[in-house]
Amino acid sequence: MEPLLHGVQGFIYPNEIELQWSILIVLYPFITGLVAGAFILASLERVFNVRAVKPTYRLALLTALAFLLIAPLPLQLHLGHPERSLEMFLTPHTTSAMAMFGFMYLWYLLIVLVLEIWLDFRRDIVMMAREKTGAARLFYRVLALGSDNISAESLKLDDKLGRFLTFIGIPSAFLLHGYVGFIFGSIKANPWWSTPLMPIVFLFSAMVSGIALVMLMYMLTSWFRNRPPDMDCLDTIGRYLLYAFIIDFGLEMVDLLHRIYESDESFRTLDFMVRTHLYTSHILIQIILGTILPIGLLAVVQLVQLQESARRTLYAIAGSLTLIGIFAMRWNVVIGGQLFSKSFLGYTTYKMGFATREGVLPALVLMALPFVILWILVKILPPWREE
Amino acid sequence: MRQSLKDREHLLRMLALLVAAIAVFLFVRSIAVPKDYGRFGPFRASALDDIAAMPVVFAGHSACEECHSDVVEARQGSKHTQIHCEICHGPAAAHAADPTASKPARPDGRELCLNCHVINVARPADFPQINPREHGDEGPCTACHPHHHPEP
Amino acid sequence: MDRRDFLLKGGKLIWLTGSAMVAWEAVLAGEPETAPNYKLTDHWWAMAIDIGLCIGCGSCVRACKEENGVIKEPFFFRTWVERYHVPHGDIERPEVDSPNGGYDGFPEKYPPQDGSKNFFVPKLCNQCAHSPCVQVCPVGATFESPDGVVLVDKEYCLGCRYCVQACPYGCRYIDPRSGTVDKCSLCYHRIRRGLTTACCEACPTGARRLGDLKDPNDPIHEFLRDRRVQVLKPQMATGAKVYYCDLDGSVR
Repeated sequence: MEPLLHGVQGFIYPNEIELQWSILIVLYPFITGLVAGAFILASLERVFNVRAVKPTYRLALLTALAFLLIAPLPLQLHLGHPERSLEMFLTPHTTSAMAMFGFMYLWYLLIVLVLEIWLDFRRDIVMMAREKTGAARLFYRVLALGSDNISAESLKLDDKLGRFLTFIGIPSAFLLHGYVGFIFGSIKANPWWSTPLMPIVFLFSAMVSGIALVMLMYMLTSWFRNRPPDMDCLDTIGRYLLYAFIIDFGLEMVDLLHRIYESDESFRTLDFMVRTHLYTSHILIQIILGTILPIGLLAVVQLVQLQESARRTLYAIAGSLTLIGIFAMRWNVVIGGQLFSKSFLGYTTYKMGFATREGVLPALVLMALPFVILWILVKILPPWREE
Repeated sequence: MRQSLKDREHLLRMLALLVAAIAVFLFVRSIAVPKDYGRFGPFRASALDDIAAMPVVFAGHSACEECHSDVVEARQGSKHTQIHCEICHGPAAAHAADPTASKPARPDGRELCLNCHVINVARPADFPQINPREHGDEGPCTACHPHHHPEP
Repeated sequence: MDRRDFLLKGGKLIWLTGSAMVAWEAVLAGEPETAPNYKLTDHWWAMAIDIGLCIGCGSCVRACKEENGVIKEPFFFRTWVERYHVPHGDIERPEVDSPNGGYDGFPEKYPPQDGSKNFFVPKLCNQCAHSPCVQVCPVGATFESPDGVVLVDKEYCLGCRYCVQACPYGCRYIDPRSGTVDKCSLCYHRIRRGLTTACCEACPTGARRLGDLKDPNDPIHEFLRDRRVQVLKPQMATGAKVYYCDLDGSVR
C-alpha cells in the first residue's frame, strides 16, 4: 500500500489512486490541433485569397493529412479493448461527445481533407500516370480512379468543387477541434476542465500550433530543397501567428481571471495545484516560455526592421517555442485535470513510464510517425509546382 | 451535354466510391450490432440478464433462518438480534445450497468482536466500545459475553 | 418507383439515426423473455444511509469485495468508508482518511474530546438518475437500467475511461484484470433475486438499507419523509439516489 500512496498528498478518493488518462491522451488534442490549425492556414489562401501564403497551401494540406491519420492511434493504444473500438461507429451513444467525435473525424478525414487533396492534386496525379512506367504508373492510375481527363473544363470543375470543400472545411476544422475542447469542457465533475471557454480556447490554440507547424515545415522543406523560403510568405504567416496567439492568450487570461475572481469551491485546490505540481509545466513552460516569449519575438519582427536572416531565425525560434507551449497547454489540461482529487482535499502525481504501453517511448514514436507519413506523402504527391 | 458528362466522370467515380463505402459500412453494421441492442435504451438489453445471472455469495439471513430456527429463537431479545448471521459467520451461499459441502466459520477470540467494539472517537458515542488493553485481560470475549446473547 | 421516390428512400436509409435503426432491428428480432416474477418497470432502486449509525467496522467493504469478486488489491472499491475528522467544526477543512477503503477497519487516530467532530461516511455508486457517466459513454456500455440501477456491460466496454472522469464521486475504476470499467452494481444479481445487497446484508447496525422507491410499502419512504436527508454533491444535479441522513456539510 505504501508505494501506491507515494506521491499522494491529503485525501483522495480510494479509486482515484490511478491516473486515468496518460501522455497518449495529451498527444491526441495536440495532434488534432495541429491538423485543424494547418487546414485553417491552408484555407486562408483559397477562401480569403491571401496570395502570400500560396507557397504553403499544398504542404499545409499534406501536413494536416499526415497528422490526422495518426490522431486516432494514441486513443487506440490507450483503450483497454482496442478491438472493440468499431462499436463507436456501429452503436454510437448519441449523448457522448466522444462517440460523435468518431463521425466528425471520418467526415473531416474523408470528405474534407482527402477529397480536397485529391481534387487539388488530380492534375499532377494524371500527369504522373502518363509519365511513369510499371508499378508506379498503375499506382497513379488507381489514385486517379482510372480517369485520364485533365481537360480545362474538368479542372475548372475540380477547382470549383475544391473551393466549395474548403468553404465547408473551415467550419469542419473549427468543429473538429472545438469538439475536442468540448470533450473536456463538458465534464462537470472536473472544475479544471468544465468551462464553456474550453472549446474556444482549444480552437485558437489549435490554430496557433497548426500555423507554427506549417511555418516550420515550410522553412525546413525549403532548406532541404536548397531554396530560399519566400520571405513575403513567411512574414504573412508570422503575422497571422501573432494575431492568433494574442487572441489565444487573451482567452486563456480571461479564463484565469474569471477563476481567480469567482473563487468557487474548487479554487483553493486548483490554485494550490498551479502553484506547486503544475508550476513548471503551466507557469514556466506554457505561459512564460511557450506563450509570452514567442509573442514577444513575433512582435519584435513587426515593430523593428530586421534583416531577412534575423527574421528567419526569430520565426524558427518563435515557432518551436509555440509548439512547446501548446504541447504544455494540452499537458496541463489533460494531466493537470487529474492531479487533484474530486474531493478537493488532496493531490496525486503522474508517474510516467518509459517503455510501457502508455509511456514516453510510444509517445515519441507516435509523434515521429506523422513526419514519416508526410515524407511519404511528399514523395507520392510533390507539393511543389516546378517553376 | 455529352462533353460535360465526360468532364464529370472522375467526380462520379469518386462519388461511387463514397457510396460504396457507406454501403459497406451499413452492411457491416447490420451484421455486427447485437440484435437486442436498443430495446430498453442505447445498450445491449441482454446485459441486464447477464449481470443478474451472476452467482450469489452471501445467502442472506432469511436463507439461514429457514433451517436454523433454533438460533433465531436463542437470539430473541438479545442486543445482537439484528446482526445478520453472515456478518460473523461469513458468506454462506455455498453452505445454503448444500449444507454438507461446507461449514461456515465459527469465529472465537477477540478480533472479530473488536471490528465493531474497539474504541474509536468516530463511532457514535452511545455505541458500546471497549479499550482492548484495559478490558477483558486478553481473553476471548465470549468467556463473559456469549456471542448470540452478549449482554453482561 | 420513380426517381424522386428512390432518392427519398435512399436518403432515409443513410440518414436514419443510429438509435432509430437499432430500435427497429429490435422490433424485428422479437421480445426476448424476461426473468420470472421480476418486472423491470415495477422497481426503482435507491439506498438510505444513516450516518449516525455507521460504526466504521468495514464489514460492508469486505462483503462487497467478496460478493462481487472485486479485486482485493488496495484502491479498487465498489464501496468504501471514509472517516471524517473536523477540527473545531470547520467544515471547510475536514481531515479525511480511508485506509484501504476501510477494509481493515480504522485504527484509532484522533484523541477523544479534542473539540472536533468525528464520524464515518460509507460511499458507493449513487445510482444517479441522470448519470454523467452514462451520458459520456461512447458506446452504451454503461447505462441506467429500467429499474434504476447504473450498470456496466463488461462485454461491450472499450476501456476508454471517459466515465471514470465524468463521475463526480470517484465511484469508478478500471479493473486491471479485464481492462474494462467496474463499479457498484447495487448487487443487481441479488436484488433481481429478491435479496438485499451484500453491503446491507453485512451491515451490523442497519446504517445502510436498500430501498425500492416504486414500492409504496418500502420503509425508505418513511426515511425520506421523516428524516433530514441529503445527497452527495447536490450541486452536481445528477439525480443521485443514495440518500444520507445526518450528512455533515464537510462531506465531499
